[in-house]
Amino acid sequence: MTLVESTVTELTLKYGKERRQLLPILRGVYEKFHYLSDESMVEVARQLDISSAEVFGKATFYSFLSGSPQGEFVIRICKTIVCDMKNKKLIVDTLENLLKIKMGQTTHNRKFSLCYTNCLGLCHKAPAMLINNEAYTDLTPDKVRQIITSYKNR
Amino acid sequence: MKLSLKKVDLILGSYSNEEYKILFEMLSRNSDEILKDLIESGLKGRGGAGFPTGLKWKLCAEAVSDDKYIICNADEGEPGTFKDREILDRVPKRVLAGMALAAKVTGAAKGYIYLRAEYSFLVNKLQKELEEFHKILKSNNIKFNVEIFMGCGAYICGEETALLQSMEGKRGEPRNKPPFPTTTGYLGKPTVVNNVETLVSAFMVCRIGPEEFKKLGIQGSSGSKLFSVSGDTPKPGIYDLEFGLSLAEFVDEFGDGDTKAVQVGGASGFCVPRKKFNETTIGYRGGLTGDSLPTGGSMMLFNSSRSMYNILRNYLDFFAEESCGQCTPCRIGCQQLKNGIEAVKKGEKDPEYLNQLLKLSDTMKITSKCGLGQSVANSFSSIVTNFTEEMIY
Ligand SMILES: Cc1cc2nc3c(=O)[nH]c(=O)nc-3n(C[C@H](O)[C@H](O)[C@H](O)COP(=O)(O)O)c2cc1C
Ligand code: SF4
Ligand code: FES
Repeated sequence: MTLVESTVTELTLKYGKERRQLLPILRGVYEKFHYLSDESMVEVARQLDISSAEVFGKATFYSFLSGSPQGEFVIRICKTIVCDMKNKKLIVDTLENLLKIKMGQTTHNRKFSLCYTNCLGLCHKAPAMLINNEAYTDLTPDKVRQIITSYKNR
Repeated sequence: MKLSLKKVDLILGSYSNEEYKILFEMLSRNSDEILKDLIESGLKGRGGAGFPTGLKWKLCAEAVSDDKYIICNADEGEPGTFKDREILDRVPKRVLAGMALAAKVTGAAKGYIYLRAEYSFLVNKLQKELEEFHKILKSNNIKFNVEIFMGCGAYICGEETALLQSMEGKRGEPRNKPPFPTTTGYLGKPTVVNNVETLVSAFMVCRIGPEEFKKLGIQGSSGSKLFSVSGDTPKPGIYDLEFGLSLAEFVDEFGDGDTKAVQVGGASGFCVPRKKFNETTIGYRGGLTGDSLPTGGSMMLFNSSRSMYNILRNYLDFFAEESCGQCTPCRIGCQQLKNGIEAVKKGEKDPEYLNQLLKLSDTMKITSKCGLGQSVANSFSSIVTNFTEEMIY
């Protein structure tokens, strides 16, 4: 069994093979591999006995599921209006300089990815970002530097 | 000026370990009485659409089926809204209590919390709360089970039928209504979909009684609600305010002295310019004087240093990205509105062109399938007509 096959099998054992378990299963695959490869989507389709086009259609709908390889830590910076007004540009510049990549890119060592996201529901503490599931708020360039240093050492 | 803006502390206040004890006292009442209280209270949904909560539960209760579901809509994605996160974090027992009441009244045995992916950091705490909740339900012989269902980053999944599609393993594309979820919801079964805050409000209505609840707010918009205040304000945060306040009062309290406009109800809501602060009240339509605005509680303040053009372009970016693309007026319309205002700003199109864009947004209002496409015109026309110069120069 390949790693993809065994991962999907584990997930279908945990959640079941009904269509309504598709999103939790895709999330599980994503968490393991940091992206949804074509191979993994075909395997999910096979085990759930639905067409792979259906799986592909579902996967591409959601911004938290990516079809291309992402870093171990995905940094999502809010670009919606309040964070925009509170100088998210400065935060983006700081991150791009620190990681030496542009928005939408992943570092060579596959450790970090940078992307934009819409309102994180943290507007009263703008600007805000997520690193995987952790929220960081009231960001300043100094704060961002400290945060990134702590992640680099993980 | 005398302030009639009234702060209360209903939703988040005096939270204790007694919440479940109070719940069980309520659960010993009969369902009709609970429904009567809710209907009597005039409580309306806090998710934005403002549907009467008592009626929603009643419709689901009357639907005949062995399986029914209670879904807590915690997809909170409207720009400028963050109260549901705060509620789930600070008073989770009350959310679960509201769900248990809905289950009792409708006869549902299963519930879900549809939690947006962005709020994953809440999961561990919520899971612990669920364990305690289930243990206590079990020891009281009540059959109701709640699970968390994680979203995956799509604003449209907050729309109740898109949410159901998403839970069923399909793309989050809104369905036609009718049929409504109360009869044909999750897996085709009768389902109550309620906003997080609505569930807590329902619990609190039963707790303080409809009479007390109605003393808050004004007729037609009873009660208080949580407002998420952000933008150019010295005190951003969450505030429980009685309905019926005027925007002038609101700005007096929360503005920075230089407020040019307030966006009420997020990107899908309306932008109110300073000259209309006095005549605008916050509440549901009907029963209010002047221009009254329904709201999910997002209040974003902008001061005179802000470009209204940039603000509108930011919203349109948001809608163009978050449109599910299922129907043409919304899919193409959002793009065209965005390209259109950019062209006018650059001088590639005459200012006259703005009128055509306004017509387009009106068309979207009539022809789009769901609330996303239908409400783009709210912010579009309120910004373009009140701040026309800023769109051109
Ligand atoms: C585009 C769109 C997004 C929505 N997002 C949410 C949301 O995040 N949370 C929510 O409670 N309701 C949201 N709604 C409203 C829901 O469709 C539904 O009316 C609500 O969950 C009903 O609950 P209530 O009666 O308690 O307000 C959204 C509606 C639309 C059209
Ligand atoms: S109005 Fe927009 S979001 Fe709603 S169904 Fe149509 S395309 Fe999808
Ligand atoms: S606008 Fe950035 S968190 Fe809401």
